[in-house]
Amino acid sequence: MAKRSAPEVNAGSMADIAFLLLIFFLVTTTIETDSGISRKLPPPPEDTEQTEDVILKQKNIFVVEVNRNNDLLVEESPMQLKDLRASAVKFLDNGGGTGVDGCKHCKGDRSPTSSDNPEKAVILLRNSRETNYATYIAVQNELVAAYTQLRNREANRLHGIDFTEMEANLKDPNYTGDKEKLKENIKTIQLLFPEKLSEAQPKK
Amino acid sequence: MSKFKKSGGNELPAISTASLPDIVFMLLFFFMVATVMRQNTLMIDNELPYADQIEKLDKKDLVMYIYAGKPSERYAGSAGTQSKIQLNDKFADIKDIKPFILAERASKREELIPFLTTALKVDKDTNMGLVGDIKKELRDVRALKINYTTKKGEATSN
Repeated sequence: MAKRSAPEVNAGSMADIAFLLLIFFLVTTTIETDSGISRKLPPPPEDTEQTEDVILKQKNIFVVEVNRNNDLLVEESPMQLKDLRASAVKFLDNGGGTGVDGCKHCKGDRSPTSSDNPEKAVILLRNSRETNYATYIAVQNELVAAYTQLRNREANRLHGIDFTEMEANLKDPNYTGDKEKLKENIKTIQLLFPEKLSEAQPKK
Repeated sequence: MSKFKKSGGNELPAISTASLPDIVFMLLFFFMVATVMRQNTLMIDNELPYADQIEKLDKKDLVMYIYAGKPSERYAGSAGTQSKIQLNDKFADIKDIKPFILAERASKREELIPFLTTALKVDKDTNMGLVGDIKKELRDVRALKINYTTKKGEATSN
């Protein structure tokens, strides 16, 4: 007998097996979403120990109400969702105060009937128990966007870079710049437009 | 001259499928690597709303998940059609949130506890009343860092 090579294994069905596995993984894969709007809840009432009620001027409060039919009522007049961001920016950026209450970096109308400065300006969000969650998230999103827009403007003015980019750099482990300095810069900009978003107890 | 006669007439030669397994394996490996196994089996509908001002949650081990929404079709018979909360693998009541958070806290190392975040995965057709109740419970146990999990997209498309 001459030399005989070992018989080859038939690999024709390998593709079938691989397809089977592939389809299994295709079907079971769920791309998990792991991002969202981060918020901080206020501490429970007993923590604050009845600190004297802070009296806010009516003009420093921007009331956003969402009713059970998912309609928006902003400062006692109905509004479309798409106009909310611009109107919140206008309120925060107004800078109507004078003297100590003045606001140097504000570029708004300086109307005396709107907020004194961003530090005093408070956005109050009130929703009904029957409000839809999607609407609530959309409103939250627009209000956060208003703050982000103003912070971006200030960051561009002071450091020539978007605020969102600064925050991304802070999280990026490959960032080569000075992180301590970056952290400080972020803090100063946050203080220029502090996020004062308050939520009232929902009405029944 | 029969030596040069074409043997198969003018039939096209068959395309070689020898590289097919390679291509399939490549796809297979991609999906195997990209797959994240779900921690919880969802018993509720969980269609998340859209938003664009989002932050990514990193450090998955520091996130506690609270799901809420209408029971999915399979469970509608036994659990009803009202929106419900799901913790871990079962339906829960509002009052179960506190023990859940405390148990999650106890399972983490002490120095990590301040960094714990609660991710609220709430279906977009839920009423705010339920979400408000959840938030109240979270306030009471001082789990103050929350994250409304959303999909990336225009908020106006909600």
